[in-house]
Amino acid sequence: IASSLPVSLPLVYPTACNGGLYSRPFHESFEETPMLVAVLTYMGYGILTIFGYLRDFLRAWKIERCHIAREREEQKDFVPLYQDFENFYTRNLYMRIRDSWNRPICSVPGAKLDLAERVSHDYNWTFEYTGRAVKDVINMGSYNYLGFAENSGACAEAAANVTLKYGVGVCSTRQEIGNLDRHEELEKLVAKFLGVESAMAFGMGFATNSMNIPALTGKGCLILSDELNHASLVLGARLSGSSIRIFKHNNMQSLEKLLGDAIVNGQPRTHRPWKKILIVVEGIYSMEGSIVRLPEVIALKKKYKAFLYLDEAHSIGALGTSGRGVVDYFGLDPRDVDIMMGTFTKSFGAAGGYIGGKKELIDYLRTHSHSAVYATSISPPVAEQIITSMKCIMGEDGTTLGCERIRQLAENTIYFRRRLQEMGFIIYGNSDSPVVPMMLYMPAKIGAFGREMLKRNIGVVVVGFPATPIIESRARFCVSAAHTKEMLDVALGVIGEVGDLLQLRYSRPSLDRPFDETTYEESEH
Amino acid sequence: KMASGQQWVLVEMVQAFYEAPAYHLILEGILILWIVRLLFSKTYKLQERSDLTDKEKEELIEEWQPEPLVPQVSKDHPSLKYDVVSGPPSHKIIVNGKECINFASFNFLGLLDNERVKVCALASLQKYGVGTCGPRGFYGTFDVHLELEERLAKFMRTEEAIIYSYGFATIASAIPAYSKRGDIVFVDEAACFSIQKGLQASRSVIKYFKHNDMEDLERLLKEQEVEDQKNPRKARVTRRFIVVEGLYINTADVCPLPELVNLKYKYKVRIFLEESMSFGVLGEHGRGVTEHFDVNIDDIDLISANMENAVASIGGFCCGRSFVIDHQRLSGQGYCFSASLPPMLAAAAIEALNIMENDPDIFTILREKCRHVHKSLQGIPGLKVVGEPFAPALHLQLERSSGSRETDMKMLPQHLLVCFQCLDRQIAVTQARYLDKEEKFLPSPSIRVVVTIEQTEVEIEKAANCIREAALAILK
Repeated sequence: IASSLPVSLPLVYPTACNGGLYSRPFHESFEETPMLVAVLTYMGYGILTIFGYLRDFLRAWKIERCHIAREREEQKDFVPLYQDFENFYTRNLYMRIRDSWNRPICSVPGAKLDLAERVSHDYNWTFEYTGRAVKDVINMGSYNYLGFAENSGACAEAAANVTLKYGVGVCSTRQEIGNLDRHEELEKLVAKFLGVESAMAFGMGFATNSMNIPALTGKGCLILSDELNHASLVLGARLSGSSIRIFKHNNMQSLEKLLGDAIVNGQPRTHRPWKKILIVVEGIYSMEGSIVRLPEVIALKKKYKAFLYLDEAHSIGALGTSGRGVVDYFGLDPRDVDIMMGTFTKSFGAAGGYIGGKKELIDYLRTHSHSAVYATSISPPVAEQIITSMKCIMGEDGTTLGCERIRQLAENTIYFRRRLQEMGFIIYGNSDSPVVPMMLYMPAKIGAFGREMLKRNIGVVVVGFPATPIIESRARFCVSAAHTKEMLDVALGVIGEVGDLLQLRYSRPSLDRPFDETTYEESEH
Repeated sequence: KMASGQQWVLVEMVQAFYEAPAYHLILEGILILWIVRLLFSKTYKLQERSDLTDKEKEELIEEWQPEPLVPQVSKDHPSLKYDVVSGPPSHKIIVNGKECINFASFNFLGLLDNERVKVCALASLQKYGVGTCGPRGFYGTFDVHLELEERLAKFMRTEEAIIYSYGFATIASAIPAYSKRGDIVFVDEAACFSIQKGLQASRSVIKYFKHNDMEDLERLLKEQEVEDQKNPRKARVTRRFIVVEGLYINTADVCPLPELVNLKYKYKVRIFLEESMSFGVLGEHGRGVTEHFDVNIDDIDLISANMENAVASIGGFCCGRSFVIDHQRLSGQGYCFSASLPPMLAAAAIEALNIMENDPDIFTILREKCRHVHKSLQGIPGLKVVGEPFAPALHLQLERSSGSRETDMKMLPQHLLVCFQCLDRQIAVTQARYLDKEEKFLPSPSIRVVVTIEQTEVEIEKAANCIREAALAILK
């Protein structure tokens, strides 16, 4: 097996097949940052910081014109709203490459989109719209995994009918008079799709986490959260008031150690036993492209009697032979996951979030969730879009469109990742994840990559600090079922071109490492 | 030469040694002995149960039993079964199969059913599809969003506006973006739940003042001033905010905005105003409580509102000066880490704004209806009307509150019975819902009556009679 795979892919199959828990190979790679690149990156940030101080000095002494918004004259003697150094990064680093983000579009965010052209005459402090549109930009940035972001077809028609019948607003909460028949139908369908007893839908994916985790845990409970969890999970955990402990990203030894320590030692200082332990993980981590080691997590959860909260924001619809997410991908039983949470934004082309699980759990959430009591329910046309697209994925609309799209996505993912790796770029994450982070490292390359790709009509997403560690800035591609092989080939060609221009081919032929360091850890004794 | 220099230093040292007082030498000696002892003693181990064997640890793990994930919910919990609305929640609403007149949805201006709004939303759907598939930073910004933000800023006459995709998340993300650990926030006791969550997320010091009581607030501000004198360095970096609502959702009355602005300049605190219930209701052109009191809008640092009431869409917005609002584009959690508002909902909001701008009479008509409803509901035996005459979402509370929350709570099923009976007679009203254990200052149980512009005089009379009869029958 080792000889048939490309040399640069460290093989983790032996370690990952932990006692036969995995029914399929689990390939993940996070190639180490080359030493020279790290040094140059730090130097780059150092130079930028020095220039930042210089520019701040010039601005303070009015030698340079200041574009920053100012406090009102009448409120000059109030305590300043922002500390100067808080915004140092924003003023001096972010502003320089601000045009890589918040790019306005004026079409469907499908496989190709139209960008509204904008120019800046004062180095990104203000933007002007020329009124023209950059047409047919290949979209490698939107979370459109199954290609349901479309303005024609069965989903759009159904949503249009509902818009004319129901309107767009709801104007009330679920518990008062905002519970429409569409919502009831949606929740039954979601429960059927996931293979759980019952489900509940909410209006915003972020709010699903931040409003329901506090309803489930409280003081005296312990939350074990992955290092790289999304901001909504972190906020929900904080708002709940439980104790939070962080385990290393996707590292099962770290998680097991924390679980054992927690049960043996109990709560800090009083040593009373914990009321409950909740493990919070995500299906696909969008910044790393890694997939959670679900079989091992479930094994640990059963051994230590903890509860599992799985956030499938990116993995629902995108993984698995029938699109049922990471549980389907590993061939596990959905009843093993206590709380299955996900969002409708990514694979279903709509908006909102859901939680699925046992009937007791959903009954409890219906009565005690913050969202059911205080927040508006999902808009009817959005609910209709979810219903139609979900039926399509399940094959209940009578076509095989859903199956084809899932298959197309899986093929696109494997092809795209393989080609990028062959071209010599450093790609993070699992070989099956449709989120593909490509490392850029140096701050100047962040802006340059985004701009060069746009010049060649490809729209990409670049991410830097603080969403990633400071030297590990990256470009993140989202493969979609709507991409044809031709589009991917065009994109790959352009990436190769820009990669040569900016010298991004960092990957070194591996020194034949049989283990990947992130999965195997020396025990500390 | 060097040797003699060194020798001389040595001589000096020995001389100093002889000349030093005895206690000094003894102290130094003890210190040296202590250091030696510390160097050679065993390292201090933290209180760890490292004396447990592996077998004992395994036994503990075996024995530990967690609580069940969620407590059992009884089958007749009042909030378990939701009322099902078939069809649109418009003026004639079908609740549990029965057609009723809608006195429960916050559809103040009747825009939920407006044909123009629906047509605009449809056009947007046919151009953009439904979802945005990304947050604002990553190809989730549509030209519709930018247009809506511009229109809102123009309507409210501020520099800039920012939209959120969920009404609840608007103020709950705005507050923690500005107020951090160590800052001080003065909040009204009747503040709604989303404000409370925003405050909790901000980790600031929270001080509650009695509802609409400016003297209580001034007392707290004076106390804070005294504290500041003790530690002026800390005071210079501690930000202070007052968070109030324009029209309170829990008590349906207005905040005294002119006095608040006076207090703002006197004690140097910033004001955050939550206008979900008053946007599109108060003021000559529907601009909210600032227009109602004729206060300069720049005096309010941040106005936040949701578009789910008068505007009859989904989402929320904050508006104010660019200096304040622009900060949220990078530090508002609900803005940066969440998908943007679906474009068809933004288009519906733009059309609603168009209607509001073209036809400012609707606000006067709405307020007239509110006064009418307020008058009609007076004199119901057992229930009192809580709220200003021009507030569109009134509460009907027990006339004689027993003073204790428990006894009032026992009346709770009776509130529900009143609602059920009204539903039977084809008037849709709901009980105001709260999370009992989570609210800081739980409001009294009440029935919510909402006034919309589509209600006719006949219907209002019918509703008032229906409620009166139900109250007579149940609350005897």
